[in-house]
Amino acid sequence: MSETKKFLYVNRKAPYGTIYALESLEVVLIGAAFEQDVTLAFLDDGVFQLAKGQNTDGIGVKNFSPTFRALGDYDVTKLYVEQESLAERGLTQDDLQEIMYEDEDDDWEEKPSIRIVSRAEMADIMADQDVVLSF
Amino acid sequence: MSTLHTVNKSPFANQSLLSCLGHCKNGDAVLMIEDAVYGALAGSGVAEAVKAHAGTVSIYVLSEDAAARGIADDRLLSEITGIGYDGFVDLVATHDRTQNWL
Repeated sequence: MSETKKFLYVNRKAPYGTIYALESLEVVLIGAAFEQDVTLAFLDDGVFQLAKGQNTDGIGVKNFSPTFRALGDYDVTKLYVEQESLAERGLTQDDLQEIMYEDEDDDWEEKPSIRIVSRAEMADIMADQDVVLSF
Repeated sequence: MSTLHTVNKSPFANQSLLSCLGHCKNGDAVLMIEDAVYGALAGSGVAEAVKAHAGTVSIYVLSEDAAARGIADDRLLSEITGIGYDGFVDLVATHDRTQNWL
């Protein structure tokens, strides 16, 4: 078996204006199959990807926001969202969908995957990675 | 442990450069390439923000991309160092990771 590396996927784009957000999610799901230590970061317009209540019926593209709730099944359980980016956009955590995972090390207790962090904490998270993939 | 950050968009088109600078750790390097070289201009609307980070972060501009856009060395902020493709390779090799700010 190869050594486990820390992978960070950095999401800085809103969900439907470009293909970045969907492509990021696709790569995360593919990467999860390789059993690496995966973390997702949402900052700048990337925080809009996690907004609750997305309805794309009228624009003819797939609403991929429910897929974030499946990440826990692939052991992707660390979704860091930057507080400053939320505040700059008039958002709070209540505007984001709830994403839970079952902690196998804690009797499968349901826990939130989304963790709100400051810009300084986000910088620390970025500096703690082996590989950073940007979208 | 330090990071090389690369930025390739004009700071007058989006927030990538400013967001990058806001997430740098002391000792990191920022390299402006492609349209991001406009962020290296002295006297621009983002010059003060760039200079404010120059004390703790090393800031570089890819000279070929600046030259291609008619930006002569004397138009660059004095805090910014021009490097070539060989210098780009050296920066990648001497940092622990590279993070692109698209």
